Amino acid sequence: MSRTFVIKGARILGAQPADLLLRDGVIAEVGTGLDAAGAEVVDADGLVALPGLVDLHTHLREPGREDAETVETGTRAAARGGYTAVHAMANTHPVADTAGVVEQVWRLGREAGYCDVHPVGAVTQGIAGKQLAELGAMADSAARVRVFSDDGHCVSDAMIMRRALEYVKAFDGVIAQHAQEPRLTEGAQMNEGEVSARLGLPGWPAVAEEAIIARDCLLAAHVGSRLHVCHVSTAGSVEILRWAKSKGWRVTAEVTPHHLLLDDALVAGYDPVYKVNPPLRTAEDVAALREALADGTIDAVATDHAPHPAEAKETEWDCAAMGMIGLETALSVVQEAMVETGLLDWAGVADRMSFRPARIGRLTGQGRPLEAGSPANVVLYDPAPRTVVDPSQFASKSRNCPFAGLELPGRVVATFLRGRPTVLEGKLQ
Amino acid sequence: MNAAFRPAEPAAPRPAEGADGDAGHKAVLEAPDIRRALTRIAHEILERTKGAEDVVLLGIQTRGVTLARRLAARLEEVEGRPVPWGSLDVTMHRDDLRMRPARALGRTDLPAGGIDDRVVVLVDDVLFSGRTVRAALDALNDLGRPRAVQLAILVDRGHRELPIRADYVGKNLPTSKRETVRVLLAENDGRDAVLLGPAASPPPGPARRPAADRGAGR
Amino acid sequence: MKRHLISAADLSRDDALLVLDTAEELAQIADRSIKKLPTLRGRTVVNLFYEDSTRTRISFEAAAKRLSADVINFSAKGSSVSKGESLKDTALTLEAMGADAVVIRHGASGAPHRLAGWVRGSVINAGDGTHEHPTQALLDAFTMRRRLGDLEGRKVTIVGDVLHSRVARSNVLLLNTLGADVTLVAPPTLLPVAVDSWPCSVSYDLDAVLPKSDVVMMLRVQRERMNAAYFPTVREYSRRYGLDAERLAKLPEHAIVMHPGPMNRGVEIAAEVADSPRSTITEQVANGVSARMAVLYLLLGGSEPAIGAEVPA
Repeated sequence: MSRTFVIKGARILGAQPADLLLRDGVIAEVGTGLDAAGAEVVDADGLVALPGLVDLHTHLREPGREDAETVETGTRAAARGGYTAVHAMANTHPVADTAGVVEQVWRLGREAGYCDVHPVGAVTQGIAGKQLAELGAMADSAARVRVFSDDGHCVSDAMIMRRALEYVKAFDGVIAQHAQEPRLTEGAQMNEGEVSARLGLPGWPAVAEEAIIARDCLLAAHVGSRLHVCHVSTAGSVEILRWAKSKGWRVTAEVTPHHLLLDDALVAGYDPVYKVNPPLRTAEDVAALREALADGTIDAVATDHAPHPAEAKETEWDCAAMGMIGLETALSVVQEAMVETGLLDWAGVADRMSFRPARIGRLTGQGRPLEAGSPANVVLYDPAPRTVVDPSQFASKSRNCPFAGLELPGRVVATFLRGRPTVLEGKLQ
Repeated sequence: MNAAFRPAEPAAPRPAEGADGDAGHKAVLEAPDIRRALTRIAHEILERTKGAEDVVLLGIQTRGVTLARRLAARLEEVEGRPVPWGSLDVTMHRDDLRMRPARALGRTDLPAGGIDDRVVVLVDDVLFSGRTVRAALDALNDLGRPRAVQLAILVDRGHRELPIRADYVGKNLPTSKRETVRVLLAENDGRDAVLLGPAASPPPGPARRPAADRGAGR
Repeated sequence: MKRHLISAADLSRDDALLVLDTAEELAQIADRSIKKLPTLRGRTVVNLFYEDSTRTRISFEAAAKRLSADVINFSAKGSSVSKGESLKDTALTLEAMGADAVVIRHGASGAPHRLAGWVRGSVINAGDGTHEHPTQALLDAFTMRRRLGDLEGRKVTIVGDVLHSRVARSNVLLLNTLGADVTLVAPPTLLPVAVDSWPCSVSYDLDAVLPKSDVVMMLRVQRERMNAAYFPTVREYSRRYGLDAERLAKLPEHAIVMHPGPMNRGVEIAAEVADSPRSTITEQVANGVSARMAVLYLLLGGSEPAIGAEVPA
């Protein structure tokens, strides 16, 4: 028998307090003074209610690197972060480039039950950039894949990229491009600029990202397909996206929480916890990304949650793995970078972290408005407390969190996945 | 008591540099007393070494060098010929290096003829524990092989921790271990005096370049 | 307090002058029959070399031994972390051996920073990747000062592969601290894109800069750079940026020619220039021992280090 909940006095998308009745997996009613026989009451005084968050970019590492994360630990971390759906990236071992692998990941997600897991299919076989993977088979599989990406590798061959964009039109798919011109970034270690010049680390020029985005926007326009740009990191990329959108082309983009808060000055101590792809950029880039997320040029916040075992980071900078975990801190970082600065209100946060990512991923049961009849995917978030980030408390298997030791606002109090609490009173259920 | 745990003060007997006489410090020797003491030492050296024929004066940095220079001038006045003199920095040979931050080094300058087969007279301002002189003897060992080594000191304040004694003493000054003795010399401090003070001065800070006697770009 | 020498920027002006003055005093030791001081007796210095560099290792070894330190040479060449022990595990081993100082040479920029977070002793950077080589800058400044006197206002021209040169980075920082005016000369491909943020000037024209230089320092240029299109051919590089006898004649009378070694004779420097009396190349080697003795003494000689910077863990 499924449980019924009455959420009392939550500020829906930050508006006036109201009650929500969650029953049989849906929001049965929204109003004031709600009550129902046998319902469990959740006191949401002072809490903001948001639609369950949707992540377009998560590395769950399973199959292959279960030492870093599994579908179960990764989705537990997602639930703690307020997520009810994540897109699991394809760069696993084996690569998610067949219907078999994507269905395996999808099933593992269902079994774990902490949030919906939507596998991302690889664009090319083995993410090697040479030959298209069986995109149609993945789309038709039980996992119903709509987002395809060689993330970690750029589909740099213009002809392959064109074909991929064209091909996925048949099932309304989208190519999520990791924009990185490979020749311009051979051996690259960090953003190319003042800091890299001083630290003697091979530079990763902004233009290596921007050139690919410009090319892909033109290709998407030419074949009339959907392009999604992963983890945009430079001010120049924002300019190109703004231009492409002004043309009415079907281009969307995401930004990570870390690119909204951190800049390349942090690399000065050579601590690889700050090593990530794309690299942390300058403070000017951070400002441009915030502005672009606020005005909608960038559609979504996506975590690029990239767990790594300790030994992959406790090394010299050059040998360290790239990536940061982010599921459990994303909402707090967005509050700090966007809400506290007045750039985005809670309705804006819901749009960039739930509505739009669900739409890009073509998810029907996620990213719905908090109104009667919607699936009961709800986050209750307390924006008031400020706490120091302590990764030892995380549900993720990995600890490579660049926000460790930072004081950030907010706390996820409860997450409901189709009416069932995955997190209640801040604790995993 | 284990030597390693000896309090820093007696093992570091050299007077604080650059400080002028402050309240609570009593002048026990004034400029004329110092002049007379050096003259007497000069004559004793001539007597003991039969005319200072093979003598090389080596002053221990910093004030010992000033005293060596003055003694050399006195000897030259009397003998009518220059007496070789030089400076010796014993920092790297000290046994109390680990008790304080690393210090700037002073100059070690030997006169042209070196010290082999010479009678080296080490010159310092204050003789206290004897550890500075021990360090100087070690340093000499690495520099050559003198025929003999003697020690000239302006003030002997007692409290030896090593079997060392001076051959020439300007003044014996009975002190308590807690008192401080500071020698001021015009070339270093603007005036000549020996001050007796009540308590130990705080240990000096980390090594800085001594302002007076070094210039950039030698 | 734990302090390290990882970047030339770790040295204040007072620190740098203290090292140079100390090196000056210690240089006398080289002329004595007994080239040894008891100062660091009982201290342990580990030379941790992940790259072949016989000259730098020998220089540090001689410096440490002249100060009576115990020296442990740990050669970890071919140190791909995937194959061998990780730097962290090596650090823990050194820690267990009670190293008072670790001199590290490593192919990865920033490796000394990482090491400093894992060991208790002082870390001395003997060259990390394309980052820095602060003791080379100290011995270069020491060499310049012995030849030319005070460096304030002196014009130093550094020529060659600045982008990949740890020597150039450390020299720019240290010489700036000491008040010299540095000009970098290189093809634009071999300068960092953000070089304008460095405290120095930049020129692409060696011939224009030479007549105003008190010091010209030639950097080693690796032939392999040609393959990554940094310059078209070695011949063209050497014609535009090499120091030959004709260019040497454009220097003022008093000016000196330096090279950190190892040289590519005939590429960045002509043989007759390298061997000319204005070249300080062999002096630099001798001065290296004095400069490194000074660094070791000032970091390890006292109860706590007198120079260097604390690195946040």
